[in-house]
Amino acid sequence: MKRLSPSFRILRHVVLMAVALVFLMPFIWMVLTSLKPADEIFGSEIHLFPTRFAAVENYTLALTKVPLLRYLWNGVLVCAGILVLQILVALPAAYAFAKLSFRGKPWAWRLVMLALMVPYQATAIPLYVMLYHAGLLDSMAALILPFSVSAFGIFLMRQFFRTVPDDLIHAARLDGMGELEIVWRVMLPTAMPALLAFSIFSVVWHWNDYFWPLLVINSPHLATPPLGTMFFRNEEAGSAFGPLMAGTVLITAPLVLLFVVAQKRFIEGVTLTGVKG
Amino acid sequence: MRAHPLSTVSLLAPAGLLATLLLFIPVLAVFLMSLTDWQFGATTLNWVGLQNYAELWSDAVFRKSVANTLVYLVLVTGGSITLGLSLALLIESDRSGRGFYRTAFFMPAASTLIAMAVVWEFLLHPSAGLVNHLLQQVGVAPQNWLNDRHLALYSLAAIGIWQMSGLALVFFLAGLQGIPRDVRDAAELDGIERPFDRFRFVTWPLLGPTTLFVITVCAIRALQVFDTVHVLTKGGPNKATEVLLHTIYVEGFSFFRMGYASAMTVVFIAGIFLLTQIQHAALERRTHYA
Repeated sequence: MKRLSPSFRILRHVVLMAVALVFLMPFIWMVLTSLKPADEIFGSEIHLFPTRFAAVENYTLALTKVPLLRYLWNGVLVCAGILVLQILVALPAAYAFAKLSFRGKPWAWRLVMLALMVPYQATAIPLYVMLYHAGLLDSMAALILPFSVSAFGIFLMRQFFRTVPDDLIHAARLDGMGELEIVWRVMLPTAMPALLAFSIFSVVWHWNDYFWPLLVINSPHLATPPLGTMFFRNEEAGSAFGPLMAGTVLITAPLVLLFVVAQKRFIEGVTLTGVKG
Repeated sequence: MRAHPLSTVSLLAPAGLLATLLLFIPVLAVFLMSLTDWQFGATTLNWVGLQNYAELWSDAVFRKSVANTLVYLVLVTGGSITLGLSLALLIESDRSGRGFYRTAFFMPAASTLIAMAVVWEFLLHPSAGLVNHLLQQVGVAPQNWLNDRHLALYSLAAIGIWQMSGLALVFFLAGLQGIPRDVRDAAELDGIERPFDRFRFVTWPLLGPTTLFVITVCAIRALQVFDTVHVLTKGGPNKATEVLLHTIYVEGFSFFRMGYASAMTVVFIAGIFLLTQIQHAALERRTHYA
């Protein structure tokens, strides 16, 4: 570290800055275009900054042409619903796998590991048929229920629960706590960092998911942000780029803000996909 | 530890029942459906044995789709690994600006891909797009990036690399920080002083298992490519960007040939399964260095 020459240190910044500019260009261009009027977007000369600001028109159009806020709210509802169900279902199971002995445990654990390997698109066809017969297609339930059990959640939380000392559980039992009470009042507080990482993983995953909403949702008022983006684009026939970019700014803003605010946790959560596949 | 059998059952029952209903039965159903000619909405079905698979083998579209998926997978995995590792080494070589660069490079991985695909569609627009405007400045002829069948798949791969490099980068950064300081110091004492030699003899071998792991992570994600294809090209022009998940989507949910689409899904599951096995092996080897 100490022998780095000044010229190398400058070169490092030049190279990294140049690549960073390329990586960030879509974001920069998206924001700048969302401020421009149509004639500047399609003009033969390209200006970096708008000469006439059209932000108000573009964003108003983005918010009125399609119910963009509704899409974002749907995204919040779907992600929250999925996360709450995943936690309610996974944590008790994770506790049982981490701390209790029961018959058939190794066998059951192997099933969890097997479930981890199944990509979610693999079950799309049968789940679609099941939801069709249950009359649940094109509903909020179709977006939430299929993801209520997360093998990955069970796997991850079990790893953390194993590090909780047994004495804590013994003490809780002596205090007269039931097993479910132990899960929520003893185990959960010790595993907050793991739960936070899992929550970010789950929210990012389902906020961004496009494949499943595309299959099960037809009604625009049920669209999640990614599906809503597509409704918007198709509505605009992909030509009114100013309002379209204003829309994508609003759609990408929540996750980008979350990322900037809680960067370390966010990266932790997203890189968990590496283990999940 | 033991608990009352009844309470153990009540802890495991919700997860067990839901996993059976939403995961194990559906996976089993995909395998069984792949042996039938069932179409969505039809009241009858026939067992056709392996006929769907035989049909897949001679199906030109499916073959094209698998070939495209593999090209995409190799390009995106290779590109993301190369870029991710180079950037990680460069970031790690000095202290200043580390946080900023990590944020900048991870940004694409952190944002909603569908929305960014729409942005890319605009950037790559033949007449109004920034990319062609910039290329014209340096005298390169404008291209129709997403509608030219010789270019479309590569354009999609470039977007894939843009999106995935950040993920590879943070894995490599973690891997680099896992290499103990004294190993590098020892290398210097042994006379390995040039940065390239140090990379070749010390860093690279120690990063080996991390690299294998990151390759499988990227490959599994690349195999699942769907969003950009569906938004930007719909598999066209002339099947030039048809990829596995998109073909399954079209067969199953546009043509409703669910038996045939199930057979494709089985091929997809097999691919993911194979990559996961390699990944587990990589994970096990990695722990020896940590």
